[in-house]
Amino acid sequence: MASQTRDAAIVGIHEFPSRDVEGALSPLQIKAECAARALEDAGLELRDVDAIYDAGEGGGMAGLNIAEYFGLKPKVIDTTGVGGSSYEFHAAHAKRDLAAGRARVALLTYGSTAHSNAQAIGVGGRGGGGHPADNMDSFAGMTLVANYAMVAQRHMFDYGTTSEQLAEISVATRYHAMRNPEAVKAMEDLEFLDIRETTVADVVGSRMIADPLHLLECCMISDGGGAVVIASADVARDCAKPPVWLLGAGEATGYPENGGDITTSAAAQSGPTAFGEAGVRPDEIDIAMIYDSFSITVLTILEDLGFCAKGEGGAWVSGGRLRFDRPGDGPALNTDGGGLSSNHPGMRGIFLLIEAARQLRGESCSQVEGAQLAVAHGNGGMLGSRHCAGTVILGRD
Amino acid sequence: MADPTRPLPNLRDLDTQAFWQATKDKRLTYQQCADCGTVVFYPRRHCTGCFGSNLAWKESAGKGTVYTYSIVRQSYHPFFRSMAPYAVAWIDLDEGPRLVSNVVGVEDPASVRIGMRVKVRWEEHEALCVPLFEPA
Repeated sequence: MASQTRDAAIVGIHEFPSRDVEGALSPLQIKAECAARALEDAGLELRDVDAIYDAGEGGGMAGLNIAEYFGLKPKVIDTTGVGGSSYEFHAAHAKRDLAAGRARVALLTYGSTAHSNAQAIGVGGRGGGGHPADNMDSFAGMTLVANYAMVAQRHMFDYGTTSEQLAEISVATRYHAMRNPEAVKAMEDLEFLDIRETTVADVVGSRMIADPLHLLECCMISDGGGAVVIASADVARDCAKPPVWLLGAGEATGYPENGGDITTSAAAQSGPTAFGEAGVRPDEIDIAMIYDSFSITVLTILEDLGFCAKGEGGAWVSGGRLRFDRPGDGPALNTDGGGLSSNHPGMRGIFLLIEAARQLRGESCSQVEGAQLAVAHGNGGMLGSRHCAGTVILGRD
Repeated sequence: MADPTRPLPNLRDLDTQAFWQATKDKRLTYQQCADCGTVVFYPRRHCTGCFGSNLAWKESAGKGTVYTYSIVRQSYHPFFRSMAPYAVAWIDLDEGPRLVSNVVGVEDPASVRIGMRVKVRWEEHEALCVPLFEPA
């Protein structure tokens, strides 16, 4: 094993339980409540926090805005804002900052009222805006989901991947969601028509949104939020819950390139960096928390992270391999129910860290017995277009 | 209420305005670095290969191949909702640039295929033309 460092650990987590606040709470209020509960979970207090990480969803001047709102004067302020992958970047930066002794307790928060605001994310919205690249394609009616669909279409063309194979990802996440009371409540509150375990036939039989992606391959649009507290090793040893160590991290960008391969994402760059730093291999991972905005996002990222070879993802995910109750087959995927079936307020990267920590503490609704290692991979922006990749490897004592 | 209209590019965007101005004359243009040969698209003020500023404007013959596509069946934009289902595609122009457009001139958008040869078909607007593509 490479020289694995255990210098920073997740010690506190909280996921906001409701996916529909009916307009009664603001994103900032959700962030503050989640922060309070996550600090409680860690056995720490607000005044212990000396580093703050924020993606700016609470408004402009991100770091200042949130510090004042919380009532904090942190020593480290990081406002990396790369969409849904922001929180994996924040965790990576917190590990770096705490390891360097610049701070001892880092606080990451997220809050969104995308559902209350009737924001179009999963199935018909556009996304982006204001960048010169957007000025080149706004005339063509490219929807957010179409960016992902174009990756799926090319993946099918190059590798023979099928809709039935992609559907396995939706089926596995729904299987986990049905065991998570908060996910079931979310689907009830968001008025899902049929709240039950699904089959491959259900997914490929659901309405086509943007060929070849069906409705049940698209994430939900919810309200929500969460918080993660990361502490240096000396603080972590005295916290209320067992530490979940950040063993390695990687960051990368991807964007359209003339002649480029749309089926390979920035995960192909961030993954090896993260696994290398952690000194572990993909086949050692028990829990794969992979950003599931759409089915194809997961398939592409699993390949790019090295769980299987490029192009072999379709066969690899088949036969229920990703379910939590098939240990030995490969990692359990998105055991909270994921963005497809539990929680997607727009930037779900923080939930990847939260559920990974739950699994390594033994607190998941779909607990993998003896889970030792997890990967959390956030994809921000749009797969197939401009996107960011953040990979974090987590482990327990 | 008037029929919804296609959203058009902003002619004041400083990186892409020369491209859009050329479409007025139905010219499909791209940039190539005179120093390192890199094809730059979307247009910029610098080369993305060598970071130099010696970019030459070139004109494409308007022919290319569908690299990938999707058929959009649901959109919240009034114009595109009225158009659905329609095909969006990444198109590789023969000269190298890859661009996003619609494949039109097909009876059923479901007949669009990866690898299909296409050529530009201009849709005229007051201050510019929009490059759509149809089977070649």
